[in-house]
Amino acid sequence: MADRLPSPLRLLVHQIGYQNRVFRRVPIAAFFTLAFPLMFLLLFAAISGDVWISGGHEVAAAQFFAPGLAVFTAASATYTNIGISTAVARDEGILRRVRSTPLPRWVYLGGVVGSGVCIAVFGVALMLAVGVGVYGVDADVGRLLPAVVAFVVGTASFAMLGLALAAMAPSGQSSPALAQATILPMAFVSDVFFSIGDDPPRWLEMVGDVLPLKAFVESFFAAFDPYRTGSAWEPELLLRMGLWGVFGAVVAARRFRWEPSTGSGGGPGVGRSRGHRGRPVAS
Amino acid sequence: MVSLAAVSASPALTVSGLGKSYGDVRAVDDLSFHVEPGEVFALLGPNGAGKSTTVEILEGHRSRDAGTVEVLGHDPGTAPSGFRDRVGIVLQEVGVERELTVREALVHYGACYSRRRPVDEVLELVGLDGLGDRRTHRLSGGQKRRIDLALGIIGDPDLLFLDEPTTGFDPSARRQAWEMVDGLRSLGTTIVLTSHYMDEVQALADRVLVIANGRAVAAGTPDELRGSMDRQTAIRARFPIDSEDTVVGLLEGLAGRATVRDGRLDVRTEDPTADLHRLTGWALERGVALDDLEVVRPTLEDVYLDLVGGDPGEGTDG
Repeated sequence: MADRLPSPLRLLVHQIGYQNRVFRRVPIAAFFTLAFPLMFLLLFAAISGDVWISGGHEVAAAQFFAPGLAVFTAASATYTNIGISTAVARDEGILRRVRSTPLPRWVYLGGVVGSGVCIAVFGVALMLAVGVGVYGVDADVGRLLPAVVAFVVGTASFAMLGLALAAMAPSGQSSPALAQATILPMAFVSDVFFSIGDDPPRWLEMVGDVLPLKAFVESFFAAFDPYRTGSAWEPELLLRMGLWGVFGAVVAARRFRWEPSTGSGGGPGVGRSRGHRGRPVAS
Repeated sequence: MVSLAAVSASPALTVSGLGKSYGDVRAVDDLSFHVEPGEVFALLGPNGAGKSTTVEILEGHRSRDAGTVEVLGHDPGTAPSGFRDRVGIVLQEVGVERELTVREALVHYGACYSRRRPVDEVLELVGLDGLGDRRTHRLSGGQKRRIDLALGIIGDPDLLFLDEPTTGFDPSARRQAWEMVDGLRSLGTTIVLTSHYMDEVQALADRVLVIANGRAVAAGTPDELRGSMDRQTAIRARFPIDSEDTVVGLLEGLAGRATVRDGRLDVRTEDPTADLHRLTGWALERGVALDDLEVVRPTLEDVYLDLVGGDPGEGTDG
């Protein structure tokens, strides 16, 4: 018995716990992923007042932006967090070390993704708890399932895009800039920072309609929309997100590198600047 | 906890006709060797000789173009996942999570092996006892290298690869690292190490394969390597005459083998008395001063430099 390899499932659980622990010990990452969107919630609530009167109904203003900010938190916990931390781990030679252990590669990456999803669950729960508890956001339990499914598809897709980001980032150092330069403009055209009902230029709206974040926001918001009658399911939006997830997975599978990209010379061996399949990598 | 390799009669590792090219560069050219269980085997050569490429092929991290390789009974290129469980690898330029303590890192990486050495035992073995609760980013460079070694042996491997284990160490840290490797040897672990330090190989290795430009240039125990030049004596001096042509009469008159390079004369001879006489006679006759004249037994370093044909720090990656 002593000589049996640990089961992949046990290893995966172990890896997720370990990635969570590493995340908790990087205060800056926890701040930007969890506290930053909460600050937006406080800010927006202060700017827009507590209650909007619309069609004779009183609706909490946060009803419109808390779900969007929750989705932004989930996207940060997966896309931004996974992309940056994995690119940095590669530069620091941690992925190189992982490759020399018996840990299956998919288990390592599964731990990265699983941990991102855990952090997303925590962040979304925190955002909604503050929204419901402090700002009177109305959560309809009957529409919970569509929101949960939107969350699952969305975090899975953004996690894949995070791995793609790590694969494409030339170095760990450049990965935060790359992450922010993609997620922030996308958030602006995806109704994260502006409430529904604004009148953006047509082309801006179209850009948002193609990108995955707006689909995530809208499919999740559907369960919180006070004007919506009937089902909160948005299969088309789920599909759009899912396709982006598949795209991210394909990019990650084709371009992911385990070796540091900087190559830092000095040592012998040609391996430093090559991918693990022996493919030369520009450095 | 019986080591599979130790009870097996077959070699821990066999390499035959190994070849690897990068474009036009033959990084590894027709290498053959084997390593017995419990043995400390060294690949010695200058930077770019092909040591790391060879080791990476043995670890299964790199594909090969030619030859057969068997490590613990498996072809590392197609080995099942259990293969890596029995092999410990200490790579160059690897990192460890700065957020973890030393102990957490050992527990974390140990979790993916079927067997584990006790963490405290490993900490003591690599000289990190007392530092288990320190975050890894607060360790010195030498201490970090010890973590590398600790993580290499946490899974109680049958075969341990050490790629340039002491590069960048100060002399006392190197001595300590050597003691660690000696400790592992006494536990019966088979070790394959690469180095470009002759003294390191002399201190640690049971057998050595010297490689240069991807080819084997000598093999044997450190004593055998030295023995091949045992009867020779080196006569050296500054030599103000550049070209060998102008002194061809002198050089041909010597019993030993003489070279003039960078203004230095180097004679390897089995008859030092006669050659020294001829040399000084020639110099006195012409009024040439032989500054820094010395007559010495060649060191292992000299043997090594002779074998690889130059400065051990020289060469390009390959």
